[in-house]
Amino acid sequence: MRRGCWFLAIALAASSAVPAVAAEPLIADLTSHFIAITTGFTGTDVVLFGATDGTGDVIAIVRGPEHDAVVRRKSRVAGIWVNTQQMTFTGVPSYYAVYSSRQLDEIAPPSMQALHQIGLVNLRLGAAEKNRSPEEINDFRAALIRERQRQGVFGDGVGRIAFLGDRLFRATIPFPADLPTGEYRVEIFLVRDKAVISGQTTPLYASQAGIDADVYEFANREALLYGIIAVAGAAMAGWLASLPFRNA
Amino acid sequence: MDLYLPIAAMSLDVFLLLALGGGVGFLSGVFGVGGGFLLTPFLIFIGVPHAVAVASSANQLVGASVSGALAHWRRGNIDFQMAFVLLAGGLVGSAAGVWLFAVLRRIGQIDLAISLSYTLLLGTLGALMLAESTRAILRLRKPGGPRRKLHQHIWLHGLPLKMRFRRSKLYISALLPLSLGFAVGVLSAIMGVGGGFVMIPAMIYILGMPTSVVPGTSLFQIIFVAATVTVLQAVGNGTVDVVLALVLLVGGVVGAQLGTRFGQRLRGEQLRAMLAFIVLAVAAKLLFDLTVAPPDLYSLETIGP
Repeated sequence: MRRGCWFLAIALAASSAVPAVAAEPLIADLTSHFIAITTGFTGTDVVLFGATDGTGDVIAIVRGPEHDAVVRRKSRVAGIWVNTQQMTFTGVPSYYAVYSSRQLDEIAPPSMQALHQIGLVNLRLGAAEKNRSPEEINDFRAALIRERQRQGVFGDGVGRIAFLGDRLFRATIPFPADLPTGEYRVEIFLVRDKAVISGQTTPLYASQAGIDADVYEFANREALLYGIIAVAGAAMAGWLASLPFRNA
Repeated sequence: MDLYLPIAAMSLDVFLLLALGGGVGFLSGVFGVGGGFLLTPFLIFIGVPHAVAVASSANQLVGASVSGALAHWRRGNIDFQMAFVLLAGGLVGSAAGVWLFAVLRRIGQIDLAISLSYTLLLGTLGALMLAESTRAILRLRKPGGPRRKLHQHIWLHGLPLKMRFRRSKLYISALLPLSLGFAVGVLSAIMGVGGGFVMIPAMIYILGMPTSVVPGTSLFQIIFVAATVTVLQAVGNGTVDVVLALVLLVGGVVGAQLGTRFGQRLRGEQLRAMLAFIVLAVAAKLLFDLTVAPPDLYSLETIGP
């Protein structure tokens, strides 16, 4: 938080001291580009801040690393619930949130929202199977978004970007304790008269750190050795624990 | 106090895990079963992903059965010859099981397969064991009945490749323990269990082994089957959480030692009746969960890193 203010002060100083250099209509940055997930990690805030070259509105989109995802649907077969249908979506962001300085519909026409994938309804998720009806695809799509919202990685609404005067803006982006790891992208748009004037993209990395990360890394890289160590450790613990009972 | 589990990627209370391990370990010592058939469902109930619960239980079982087998070994209650024959079948079976696990996971039916196999097996075994032990207890109450034979001979015992098992006082076809070992190996991989709850009744009722050597022999061969499953799961599915397994073990090994002593004070029939009730209760709970409408019909799985 404190660092955020400090950066803001610099941004303010820079924009007022040399106004002639402000050829860029939009300049934005994050207080931190790296989130370290350690054992005691309970979530963190990253502050987005920046300046514009005049009046206008700012929209920001935070997207997590993309993966493929399978959505499965259960139905009742002979009295029990079984997965009977499934649909694969490609390029599903593992995190998604929208921030805006004003109501989206007031500043961005639907075509712009669709083009820049602003809002969950405009999120482009590629359904891998093409031979399914649009209603079916919509149902599975809605289920995917619902599940991600339940996990807390898809934002429900639109977060607020606050303006300080006409030119300086800032927004606090909260990340949950179990945020997906990988490379995030924060896209910032300057909107004036219902058109995008300028855009900027800045990266953000989230990765595990500390002993847990080492264990996870090792388990993936040296799976066989990891398995053998796991077995040896367990066998050793079992033997040690039986020692006090030896003369029973 | 919360502990972060690196492979399960979630935080759980340490004391909850210790208590869970201790309770299951106690049962494991009493009955000579690994206790995995209770551990895996409980881990799933507290929110651990199915695949991680299965693989980490197998890891935990290695330690729990080493501890249990040592206690039985000191009392001379292990038929090593029988254990190695069972094991030969078990190793092939667990490799087949891990492969099947990966296939089921790919087509999205692993959760169903885990729940269904538990329900069917536990239900059938529980009912059979309960019926048998009730008859045995009733027979004891009525003295002067005909003396029982050492064990019943059935046609399966007459298959080729006959072997003599001295400690168990048996002369039966080796194909029988081999295929039993194979079946239990498959179960270990899919269900994260050592398979003691299948192995023990089968050893008593199909192989006809004396009850005293059954738990020790079962535990001894479970060590190796569980170890194989752990390594194969780590390599094939990457779902072994070593932190989870070790915490469960700390509770489990102490519980197992206490359980082994407690078990020696009970009569065989009572022991089997108690185990039957536990098995039936778990089966009923799992069947109930399968038939209740899920809160959301849809589920989501992320593929890739």
